[in-house]
Parts: sequence; structure tokens; C-alpha cells
Amino acid sequence: MDKLTALLSGLLFGAGLAISGMVNPMKVQNFLDVFGRWDPTLIFVMGSALAVTYAGYRLVLNAPRPRLAPAFVLPALQGIDERLIGGAVVFGLGWGLTGFCPGPAIASLVFGYWPSVLFVAAMAVGMVLARHLFLGSDETLSADG
Amino acid sequence: MTDFTPLAGLTGGILIGLSAVLLMGGLGRIAGISGIFGSLLGRWLPDNGWRLTFILGLLAGTVLVSLLGGFDSDSMAFPGNPLSTLLGGLLVGIGTVLGAGCTSGHGICGLARLSVRSMVSTAVFMFFAVATVYMMRHVIGA
Repeated sequence: MDKLTALLSGLLFGAGLAISGMVNPMKVQNFLDVFGRWDPTLIFVMGSALAVTYAGYRLVLNAPRPRLAPAFVLPALQGIDERLIGGAVVFGLGWGLTGFCPGPAIASLVFGYWPSVLFVAAMAVGMVLARHLFLGSDETLSADG
Repeated sequence: MTDFTPLAGLTGGILIGLSAVLLMGGLGRIAGISGIFGSLLGRWLPDNGWRLTFILGLLAGTVLVSLLGGFDSDSMAFPGNPLSTLLGGLLVGIGTVLGAGCTSGHGICGLARLSVRSMVSTAVFMFFAVATVYMMRHVIGA
């Protein structure tokens, strides 16, 4: 049941990325081109996603526990450190360079274009590399998301 | 050139929000794609089953919408060249592990939890992404 729920959640996420056009990296890069060919669509995507998530989280996080699991797994990390900032800087550079962030890049694999495949493969290498270099373990990953 | 499509954007965003709420209400998990995908890369974790079905759903949802005519993949265009794509992928992989999240985990789920870490992260990666595109398109003129 939990796997089915995750499947449905993924389905909604992928559908949302496709309907909004976010699987097209040029559209995302045009959003980032504030001083040029600006396409503000991404604000509307993030805005409505954020509004629904904010309202929905208030409802579901009021329950003692999730419906299909023993407990909510929420990020335990607190505080701002150089790792958080450095990571965001590096991620921002890569996002700007390509117009791809992880969700849309993975979703775009279904269309079979080579840049999607190359990007996701390089991203996977980068993730494994960073885990070994910075986290010293290949098991613990991402506390925030 | 891409068209400004606010209604499609709002609709897609609502679906993404519902996805995040469903995953939290059902499994108690953050819908952060870099964390979900990255966890599938190393040794198999006991709770990787749901992560795998989530990613399969992500792919299926994209296929479904394009089959129903909600997205035209012929409209897709890819900035840059093989070298910039490779470099960008590496940077996104390294950055999301180091910074513990991406646009979904920090930008949507984290902001919805009013997490200060996520607010800082989102502001920083947005700024550097905009700055990178500005450099590429208006300074270097690529």
C-alpha cells in the first residue's frame, strides 16, 4: 500500500511537471533569464505548489502519524552552515547552465533526448562522488529533501 | 522563446503540491526528488521500495500527460552543448547532496514547512541560477 501511494504521488508529480511545461529545460532557463527572454511561468508553478503543500501539510501533520508509516520523517538538521550555502551555490550554477534540476531532468528521460540522458547520468555520478567526498558514507543522504 | 503559460503553470503546480501532501500524509516523507533519486544510487536501503515506485510514477505521469496531449515533447529545447550538459549534471548532483535538497525538497516542501534552511537554500540557488544565465546570455553572449 505504501508503494502504491508513492507510485500515485510520483504520478501526480510527473503529471504536474509535464502540464506546467517544466520538463522543457529551455522554458526553465527562460524563467531564469529575468533580464532577457523572461518566461515567468515557473513562479506560478512554485506558487501554487507551495500554497497546496502549505495548506495540506497543516492538515496531515496534525495527525499523530502518517496513514501508512509509523512516524513522520522530517529533517532534523538545524542552522545555516557553509555546506548548505555551498551546496546551493553549486546547484544554482548547474541549474542555470542547463535549465535542468533533478525532478524535471528525470521526468524528461521518457522522451529519449540525449541531453536528458547525459545530464541524469552526470548528476548520478556527481551525487555518488559528493557523498564519498563530503559525507564519508554512501548511505546517509539528504536530510532536507 | 517559450510562451508564458500561467494557467498550465498553476495547474501543474497544484498537482505537484498534491503529490507532496500525499507523500507526507501517507508515508510521512518529504517529496524531494534529489533525496529520493540519490538514495536509490548506493547500496539498497530497506525502505527504497517506495522511492523506486515514486520514480516510476514520475516517469509514468510524464508519459501519461504527453499521450493525452497535455505536453508536446517536440517543443523541447536544450540549452548549451554536451560539455555544458555534462558539467551542469555534475554540479547539480554535487550541489544537491552537499546542500541536502533541490527545487522540490527545499523550494516546495521546505518552504511549506517554513524551514529557515530551505528559505536560505532556495534564495541562494535561485540567485546563482539567475546570475549564471545572465552571464551566459548577456555577458559572454553564448
